[in-house]
Amino acid sequence: MSDIVLKTENLTKRYGGVHALEGANFELRKGEHVAIMGDNGAGKSTFVRQITAVEQRTSGQIWFDGKEVNFAGPIEARTAGIETVFQNLALADDLDVPSNLFLGREKVLFNLGPFSILDRKYMRKATEAALVRTAVKIPNLSNTIRHMSGGQRQCVAIARTATFASKLIIMDEPTAALGVQETAQVENIIRTLKANGEPLILISHNMRQVFDLCDRIVVFRRGRIVANLRKENTDGQDIVSYITGAKTGEAELAA
Amino acid sequence: MSQTSHGVGGVSYDAKKRTWPAEFNVFLALIILVIVFELIGRIFLGDSFLFNTRDNVAGIFNEARLQIIILQVSIVGIIAIGVTQVIICGGIDLSSGSIVGATAMIAMSFAQVATVNGNPNPKAMFLAQGWTDLPVIVPVLVAIGCGMLAGLINGSLIAYTRIPPFIATLGMMITARGIAKWWSKGQPISFPTDSFAAISTGSRPVIIFLALAVLFQLILTYTRYGKHCYAIGSNEDAARMSGIKIPNHKILVYTIAGILASLAAVVLCSKNLTAQSGMGVMYELDAIAMAVIGGVSLSGGRGSIIGTVIGALIFGVIISGFTFLRLDAYYQEMVKGVIIVGAVVLDQWRQRMRALRA
Repeated sequence: MSDIVLKTENLTKRYGGVHALEGANFELRKGEHVAIMGDNGAGKSTFVRQITAVEQRTSGQIWFDGKEVNFAGPIEARTAGIETVFQNLALADDLDVPSNLFLGREKVLFNLGPFSILDRKYMRKATEAALVRTAVKIPNLSNTIRHMSGGQRQCVAIARTATFASKLIIMDEPTAALGVQETAQVENIIRTLKANGEPLILISHNMRQVFDLCDRIVVFRRGRIVANLRKENTDGQDIVSYITGAKTGEAELAA
Repeated sequence: MSQTSHGVGGVSYDAKKRTWPAEFNVFLALIILVIVFELIGRIFLGDSFLFNTRDNVAGIFNEARLQIIILQVSIVGIIAIGVTQVIICGGIDLSSGSIVGATAMIAMSFAQVATVNGNPNPKAMFLAQGWTDLPVIVPVLVAIGCGMLAGLINGSLIAYTRIPPFIATLGMMITARGIAKWWSKGQPISFPTDSFAAISTGSRPVIIFLALAVLFQLILTYTRYGKHCYAIGSNEDAARMSGIKIPNHKILVYTIAGILASLAAVVLCSKNLTAQSGMGVMYELDAIAMAVIGGVSLSGGRGSIIGTVIGALIFGVIISGFTFLRLDAYYQEMVKGVIIVGAVVLDQWRQRMRALRA
């Protein structure tokens, strides 16, 4: 039990009559990289939004880091150690890299309430360290995000999650809008995270990527978890049949 | 060989290719403008715009003109400092001119003397209550209170009802002007105490303007408040997801803008020795224009106080330059309009060029 980072039981979310998520039971162990797959509207993002408390769940329980948790909002979830790379990046275009990494949790030199003086040197150093740790390549830290390529932006967003001693990283389709080379760069970062033993939930439509990067694959269909398979015990064909509904059943859920 | 610097992860970049700050372009525009006036003056009037040409006055430069250039924009400049941080934060403030009017009236009525030439002050609002000859701190605090309240209402409306800043501050613009007229039923309020009149003697408005500009430039660059202004202006959703308390921040931004408008009112009526309900009309647009000319982007997230100060100087140079060339005031307004639109067009164009290069 102690090596379980995240566990959900009967996690359910309804938007009025729409059952977006029904009784999701999910577990994530230390150092494990789990992929979440499924068609559009299958409940992947809904699932993530309940964990990160961007939305409040209808029912069910969540355990994180050994304790049952009820986050009031995404900031609380983040403080507890759940870092999310959002689909829409959540970066401020006109700020440079260190400012974006520390956005909303700036390191302060003197505390003067809202007018607290920022420790810019520290934030720059910490940014450099974080980028080295995640093997992110950024030519110039002082450049604003606006002047960066899609891949560089995504790398900054991912580096942000890795800067802070996070206990769980969630990525929602991190390479959806990227080119081949940029995708490779992001995948390398994910491998670095794996080597560092940081647990990760990866939402992706890319079968090759999922088999490359993850240990376990969880398939959502119509708001339910229909498969939970170790990478070794399955193949692309198998996963596709679960995604499309050609294959159903919860026999493998015990895996 | 191009100069390279080391980035993170072994990537190097051409340091020379870094785009220079937008303020530099604005400063260049200011210098070009001064040179243009200088040349036109030399050629057509046989007089210098910038340099001292009179024998009975010492000095290389025409110091009187230089003083006027900055003095005449320093009051609106104080407002422009507040407006700059509002625009950086992705908002707009149309109410500052009216806040100047209302604050001037209310604050002035607490700055009046009891007797004029031995007779009771005919204009005194609170003679019966005995609220005359008050220490200078009273009207100043009253003014700050007025500005703070107006800004607080602006900010709360924008943060909690989520109506566009344009509408919220338009409402305040009309309401505050109404208050300015209602306060003394349209009568001007005059005869301030000597200590109140002393606030704006000589070049003090300039000192107040520049001191506030330096203060707010430091705040925008070095504090969490400043960082959050830029963050909210460039991507409000990202700022929200990063845990920035956006309503609180917006209320603070508009409150500060209101306070700065009220300080401008104090300086203005101390300088004019009277307050009238029509004071500050169009100041909000001049302030916005100074910010925009100074490179503050109306879409939020970009700009600086330094830029706005240079924008204000450009404004001052244009007004002084037109007076120097003995052109009618009508032309000034026309040219001002063209320059404002031109500055925005230039800004958009620069952004597109940058996007193409990236």
